[in-house]
Amino acid sequence: MWNVIKTRFSQGCRTSDFPDGPSGLPERFRGRPVVSSKPCPQGCAACAEACPTRAIRTSERAAVELDLGKCLFCTECVTACPDGHISYSTDHRLAASARADLVMSGPEARLARALDAQARRLFGRSLKLREVCAGSCNGCEAELAALGNVVFDLSRFGVQFVASPRHADGLVVTGPVTGNMRAALKATYDAMPTPKLVIAVGACAISGGPFAGSPQAHDGAESTVPVDLYIPGCPPHPLTVLDGLLRLLGRLPG
Amino acid sequence: MSPTSRFRMLRNGGAQQLSAVPVVSAAEFRETVLRAAHSGLRLSALYARPAKGKTGLCAVLADDAEGVLYVLFSEATDEFRSLTADLPQAHLFEREIAESSAIRVDGHPWPKPVRRSLPDSAAFFREEGAEVHEVAVGPVHAGIIEPGHFRFQCHGETVHHLEIQLGYQHRGVEALLAAGPDKRGVFLAESISGDTAVGHASAYCAALEALAGVRAPLRGEALRAAALELERLANHIGDLGAIANDVAFLPAAAFFGRLRGEFLNLLMSLSGNRYGRGLVRPGGTAFDLPKPMAVDFSARLARGRTDLLAIGKLLFDSASAVGRFDETGTVGLRAAADLGLVGLAARASGLDLDVRRDHPHGLYRFRHIPVVKGETGDVYARAMLRYLECLRSLDFLEGLLPDLPGGPALAPCPAPRPGLIAVSLVEGWRGEICHVAETGRDGRLALYKVVDPSFHNWQGLAMALRGGEISDFPLCNKSFNLSYAGHDL
Ligand code: SF4
Ligand code: SF4
Repeated sequence: MWNVIKTRFSQGCRTSDFPDGPSGLPERFRGRPVVSSKPCPQGCAACAEACPTRAIRTSERAAVELDLGKCLFCTECVTACPDGHISYSTDHRLAASARADLVMSGPEARLARALDAQARRLFGRSLKLREVCAGSCNGCEAELAALGNVVFDLSRFGVQFVASPRHADGLVVTGPVTGNMRAALKATYDAMPTPKLVIAVGACAISGGPFAGSPQAHDGAESTVPVDLYIPGCPPHPLTVLDGLLRLLGRLPG
Repeated sequence: MSPTSRFRMLRNGGAQQLSAVPVVSAAEFRETVLRAAHSGLRLSALYARPAKGKTGLCAVLADDAEGVLYVLFSEATDEFRSLTADLPQAHLFEREIAESSAIRVDGHPWPKPVRRSLPDSAAFFREEGAEVHEVAVGPVHAGIIEPGHFRFQCHGETVHHLEIQLGYQHRGVEALLAAGPDKRGVFLAESISGDTAVGHASAYCAALEALAGVRAPLRGEALRAAALELERLANHIGDLGAIANDVAFLPAAAFFGRLRGEFLNLLMSLSGNRYGRGLVRPGGTAFDLPKPMAVDFSARLARGRTDLLAIGKLLFDSASAVGRFDETGTVGLRAAADLGLVGLAARASGLDLDVRRDHPHGLYRFRHIPVVKGETGDVYARAMLRYLECLRSLDFLEGLLPDLPGGPALAPCPAPRPGLIAVSLVEGWRGEICHVAETGRDGRLALYKVVDPSFHNWQGLAMALRGGEISDFPLCNKSFNLSYAGHDL
């Protein structure tokens, strides 16, 4: 006992300052990409060609379009662009409410919107989530599990992961939805009481990620269940997930 | 004739002409592999491969004492007499061959699919008797974990048998990799098992470099090794926290959970991602570690060590925690060797193997890391080994960081040469990661085989439960902490 108390003192309080303080993310952290709205040189598609997941579209008239839902944050496009039109910031805020809001064609971000007043009344101060891994690499699970540690401490916001879909308000899906997990994912969704939310976490759950197009998988959660919140990343940083959840609940400003 | 004279020899991270690998009949293949295995070699990979429009076999055996690998092909064949009864470590490889190729494996004691068809469609092993009952768990579990199905046959509280049926995470990784080399390849490798992104990406890149006939610059190799040890530290410490949590020793669970993050954050400072994604690239590493960063890392590692020692003492000085670890989930030396366990789980049972020492590649050729092993093969041994390996990795990093080799971290990696087979082994935090790549006449990949350490070790977990209680399962499971994604590919 004495030992526990002594160690408790030496370990101190480690909970992060989120959402009030700085994120403290290091310089090399790859958060929200910054896409310039300047037109590209005629015929250049260097970024699109370098991208491993076809997340970038270039066209004759418009600027680059970068789809955060497919992006692995690998920065191959940054290296490929001869004009420096793409760069990565350390901004961890990425989540969006609509699939189309993840496609960036300029510097502005369309972040997740809050639920309507009634849903916020239901979920705003107490949100219970059930997680289903549908073919992820376990990277997204690792970050979701990290939300429970003393640093991110998800439960201080009234959000908790629960053991049964019957107790859950929301379903968190990771992975591209493998053929072998599709039925289990659907059954979990059906077992939840309404109203219910679905949150797709990670490139895999949004678009299939690195496994897009695999005959063994279904290119994301939307193949099987409707999605209310998209949290991009490979995997998303715990702060990115927290930001998405709190925005959905209307607990972060604009 | 020596047991290995029929094989082609190569070293970790080496390549051989496909035409130089001996091709023998299926019957001779069986006898040769068996003889070599009984002389002390270990099966690192066994898979079906195209042979003259039909299907043949390939075996990769590791001679850990001599630090060499042996490959052998079989002629095209429709049937193969199972090795499993004589060589239990072949059991899952043979099931994989049976489900993924036209080869019929005769006489396999438990011929079920591994991952391709819907996993729960085949019957489970069943014990009969008046007081025998069955407990089924999964695929969806109660926590934030990957899917898998566990079927216990119990008598009262005692577990007689546990069958682990995986495959839910099967997303077709090998086929996608075999379509390369392409710009997606290294990202797929990082996503074989997301907690081992550095390990698998390193194995993939070493295979590509072997096929291209180049080596990454030494500085790149040093940074890969640094990242691999940081990955080991983060995961081992996370597991110690999970083990503490499962014996309800919550202070240690919370402290370890936080400390794990410090090592992930080191990887993030280096690579921009908490799991080291984006760091390892064919030809070296995409990021360098400049002097001031190395100084900062050393200071953070020193603080990490102080915390690790304090929290480790807290856990291992707690008689009630250690009492729960002792003699729970024991896998004996003989069982571990027969099943072909690798990595930490094998060392906990007393097997003396570690790729970093036995088949050194990259920086491990020049900087050594002492191997620690246990004896008892129980949860205590696996927990204690995690702790001790963390200390060894810290020593390694503290020696390496102030003394990183000079030169570039990244050099070009040309396209692969045609008609080769390359094998690369990496000691990931769970154990031996084995990648085998073959190129066709056009220099494109013709085959890509991935063996995650979990593929060898899941059967170890099943054995650990025998004679234990169902309530031991979570603790045993955490003490192994195997990958579903790495197994299911
Ligand atoms: S950072 Fe994203 S958009 Fe850019 S190349 Fe990588 S995956 Fe494609
Ligand atoms: S998005 Fe990335 S980290 Fe998440 S499951 Fe997919 S590959 Fe793994």
